[in-house]
Amino acid sequence: MNAPTYNFAYLDEQTKRMIRRAILKAIAIPGYQVPFASREMPMPYGWGTGGVQVTAAILGRDDVLKVIDQGSDDTTNAISIRKFFAKTAGVATTTRTADATVIQTRHRIPESTLHAGQVLVYQVPIPEPLRFLEPRETETRRMHALGEYGLMHVKLYEDIARFGHIATSYAYPVKVNARYVMDPSPTPKFDNPKMDNCAALQLFGAGREKRIYAIPPHTSVVSLDFEDHPFTRYRFDAPCALCGAGDSYLDEIVTDDKGSRMFVCSDTDYCETRQSEGHRGSESAAPHKERAHG
Amino acid sequence: MVENQEKQDRDSDQPLLTVEGLGKSYGHLKACRDVSFALYPGEVLAIVGESGSGKSTLLQLLSAQLAPSAGRVSYRMRDGVMRDLADLGEAERRFLFRTDWGYVHQDPAMGLRMAVSAGANVGERLMAVGWNHYSRIRDTASSWLERVEIDTGRIDDAPRTYSGGMRQRLQIARNLVTEPRLVFMDEPTGGLDVSVQARLLDLMRNLVSELGLAAIVVTHDLAVARLLSHRVMVMKGGRVIETGLTDQVLDDPREPYTQLLVSSILPA
Amino acid sequence: MYVAVKGGERAIENAHRLLAHERRGDRDVAEVSLAQISEQLSLGVDRVMTEGSLYDRELAALAIKQARGDMIEAIFLVRAFRATLPRFGATEPVDTGKMEVRRRISSTFKDIPGGQILGPTFDYTHRLLDPQLPEGLDPEMPATSDAPSTAMPRVTDILGRDGLIEPAPRADADMPVGDLTREPLSFPADRDLRLQNLARADEGFLLALGYSSQRGYGRNHPFAGEIRLGEVEVEFLAEDVGFAVPLGSITLTECQMVNQFKGSATEAPCFTRGYGLAFGHSERKTMSMALVDRTLRARELGEEVLAPAQDEEFVMSHSDNVQATGFVEHLKLPHYVDFQSELGLLRKLRKEFGDNAQSEPRMQEAAE
Repeated sequence: MNAPTYNFAYLDEQTKRMIRRAILKAIAIPGYQVPFASREMPMPYGWGTGGVQVTAAILGRDDVLKVIDQGSDDTTNAISIRKFFAKTAGVATTTRTADATVIQTRHRIPESTLHAGQVLVYQVPIPEPLRFLEPRETETRRMHALGEYGLMHVKLYEDIARFGHIATSYAYPVKVNARYVMDPSPTPKFDNPKMDNCAALQLFGAGREKRIYAIPPHTSVVSLDFEDHPFTRYRFDAPCALCGAGDSYLDEIVTDDKGSRMFVCSDTDYCETRQSEGHRGSESAAPHKERAHG
Repeated sequence: MVENQEKQDRDSDQPLLTVEGLGKSYGHLKACRDVSFALYPGEVLAIVGESGSGKSTLLQLLSAQLAPSAGRVSYRMRDGVMRDLADLGEAERRFLFRTDWGYVHQDPAMGLRMAVSAGANVGERLMAVGWNHYSRIRDTASSWLERVEIDTGRIDDAPRTYSGGMRQRLQIARNLVTEPRLVFMDEPTGGLDVSVQARLLDLMRNLVSELGLAAIVVTHDLAVARLLSHRVMVMKGGRVIETGLTDQVLDDPREPYTQLLVSSILPA
Repeated sequence: MYVAVKGGERAIENAHRLLAHERRGDRDVAEVSLAQISEQLSLGVDRVMTEGSLYDRELAALAIKQARGDMIEAIFLVRAFRATLPRFGATEPVDTGKMEVRRRISSTFKDIPGGQILGPTFDYTHRLLDPQLPEGLDPEMPATSDAPSTAMPRVTDILGRDGLIEPAPRADADMPVGDLTREPLSFPADRDLRLQNLARADEGFLLALGYSSQRGYGRNHPFAGEIRLGEVEVEFLAEDVGFAVPLGSITLTECQMVNQFKGSATEAPCFTRGYGLAFGHSERKTMSMALVDRTLRARELGEEVLAPAQDEEFVMSHSDNVQATGFVEHLKLPHYVDFQSELGLLRKLRKEFGDNAQSEPRMQEAAE
C-alpha cells in the first residue's frame, strides 16, 4: 500500500484553482451563492469542510491563521481545524485577532474591528436563506435570479403577527449590495452590523451544500426588517464578569446546580486582551497565565 | 402620463387583450383551436362549456401559463404598449402575474398559502413590490378582508381554519390587493354550496364593477355566466361555436348545442 | 471563582488515545487482520467499496477495521482517501454481457438461454443461527462442473429484440461522462449523474424508498428481469498507444428491473426499465437502486410525481450517507452562542406573554 503524501494545505493545486475561481466569482457578485464541487475532506460534512476548503485554497506560506468556534480559540473543533492546518500547511497560527491574516470562524464575528488585508472565512451549514420557507433548490434559485423575496418578508410579517417581534435571533437574513438576500451563517444577530462596510474580505463556505459566497470589503449589508419594526441587536444586558466589557456578546455559564449564572465574553481573545490591559469584571482575579496552544 | 393612459384605456375603444387564431395541440389531439376575440377594459367575458370543451386549456393559454401551438395573445401593458405574451421574459411574466393580473383558482388552496395567516396572504403581493411598513401592510390587508366580507378579527388565522367560501373570498382579496386590471377565474364557485355561491357571485359582481376590472371567467355553470359576464363564448370540442352578449346568447341561443346547454339548466 | 475552561487540546489527544485502546479491545484476544475481514466479511467490504466509490478490497478492509465495524464511518474513510487520488480519466464502459457469470437469475421467465444459475446465495437458507460456526467451520468443497458453453444473453436484450421493452437509453458518445464529485449537482439531473448518485447512495435509504414504491408510493409493477454477479474486465483508453488497455477485472452485481409498460399516441406501449449496478456481491443494493432509478424517471415518462421515491430533488439530496451523518452528527458541536440568542428571545417573549396575561382580566372587567 502506498503511503499518501499531501499537498500544501491538503488540497491539490487543481482543486484549489477550482475553488479560487468560485471565490472570485462570488466576490464579483456579492451575496450570490456560487456552486462549487466540494471535495470529500478528512473531517465530516457539517463540521466545517466548506470553511476548510476556502481557507486551504487561499492560504499562503506567510499567512497567520486564527480559528475560532463560538468565539473561542479553545473549543474542540477550532483546535481540531487549527491542528489540521498546522499539520498540512505548517503556517503560523495565533489566537490574537489583530495578528491574524486569515480567520476561520464558526458562529461568531470577532469583537475587535477587522482591518484591510484580513480575510474572515465563515463556516456555513445551510447557505440558502429561503430554505426553510421553500425546500426546493430549483425554486429558490429562481427567486434569487428574479429578486423575488416576498416570501422572506412574509415570514417576518408572520413573526410580528404572532409574537410581536421578528423571531429570528441568529442566521438573521441580510441584503447585500442592495441585490441578493443572504444568510450570514448562524452568527447571532448581534454580529450583523459588523458585516456592513467591513474593511476585511468576508468569504462563506458551505461544504455539504456545495456553495461559496462572499462580501467584498466596504460593501453594504443591511438586515431585513420593517420600517416600523426595525432591526435590533440582542445582547444580555450586563457587563462581562471577567473583563467588564459592556459591548460584547456574552456566554451564559451555569455555575452551580441551584441556577446561579454568570455572563462572560464569548470572544475569548477580546476578553483576555482586555484583562491584560487591566480591565476587570466582578468575578475575575489575576489575568490568566495559561493560553490556548497556538 | 401613465395615469392618463390608464384613464384613456378605461374610457376608450382600445382593447386590453387581443387573441388571434389561438390554438393548442398535443400530437394530433387539438385541445383548442381558431380562437379569436378582443377584451376591453372593464369587460367580463365568460367561457362556458362542458368538461373536455377546451375551456381550461384556453384559460391557461390566455394567462401565459401554456405556450400556444398556433396564434397569439397580446396584452396592453400599463405603459400602453401592446405586447405579445410569447415575447415576455420569465421575469416580466411573473411580475405581470403578481401585479397587473389576478388568477382565481377553482380550489382556493391552490391560490393561497394555507399555513400562513390571512393577513400575510393578502400582504404578500404588496411586500413583493417593496412595501416595507408592517402596520400599513396590515391595515391594507385588513381593509381588503372587510371588502370581501371576512371578519377582520380573523386576520391572523391561517386559511386552513377557514370555510370553503371564506377561503375563496380570501383568494380574491389576495389577487385584488395590487389593483390588477385583468383577472382570470377558473370555476370560481365550483365546489361551494349553492347558497355560498350566490353570496360569492354577488360580491364578485360588485367588486368587478367598483374596480372596473376586466375578467375572463371559465365556467360550466350558465347561471354564473349570466350573473357575472357581459359577453359569453360557448366552447365545444376545442372550438368556439357561439359568441355574443350574454343575455342574447342565453335567452336566444342559435346553435343547437347552446340550446341544449341552456335547456338543461335545472330550475332553481 | 470562575476559571474559563481550557485544555481542549489535551482533551482531544486523550480522547484519541482512549479510542485506539477501545478499538483494540481485549488485548488477550487476537487482533483481526485485513485478510480476515476481506475474506470472511466480504459483503461488508463490498458495501464499503460501493458506497465509498473506490474498488480496493484491502483499503476497504482497513477502513472497516479502523472504523471498528461502523460501515458509514468506513465509507467516509474510503471517500476521504479517494479524494486525494489523482484522476486519469474515465474507463471504457464495462460490458456486463461479457461477464464471467457466477450467479444469474431471472424471475420473468422460467428458463432462459444459459439457464438460471443460483450461485452463492442466502436466498434459500433457513435463517437459523449456526452453532457450529463459533468453533470454526471447515466447509466441504463446492460442487463443480464445466463452465457453460451456451451464451448468456441479457433477458432485457431478449425482450428488446421484439421491441417489448424500451431500448436502453443511449448516451451521447461525444459528451463527457458527468461526475458529481467534480461538478456540483443541480436539478433536474441527467441520467448519468443520477445513476452515479444512486450507486454511491446509502443502501438502507434506497431500500426503504424501493420498498415504499412497492407498497404503493409510486408503484410501477417491477419484475426482476435479471440479476447477474461475476467478473468483468475494465479497460482504459491509453492515448499514447491509441487503444484500450486492460487494467484488470472487478466483481460487479447488475440488476435490470422490468417495469410497467408505457405508451403514447405516437408510440406503441412497451415495458420500461430500472437499472442497478454495484461493486462486489450487492443484490439488495442493486435491486433497490433499480427500483429507485425507475421511480425517479417519473417526470421523464410523464407520470405524476406524488411519492417521495419519485421526487428527484428529495432522493438525490439525501442519499449520501457521509453527508447525512456529517450534518446529523454536527449537532454534537457546540451551539451555545445561538442557543444564547434563542434563550434571550424566548425569555423576552415569555415576559411579554406574562405581562399581557396580567393586564387582560382588568380589560374584561371594564367592558362589563
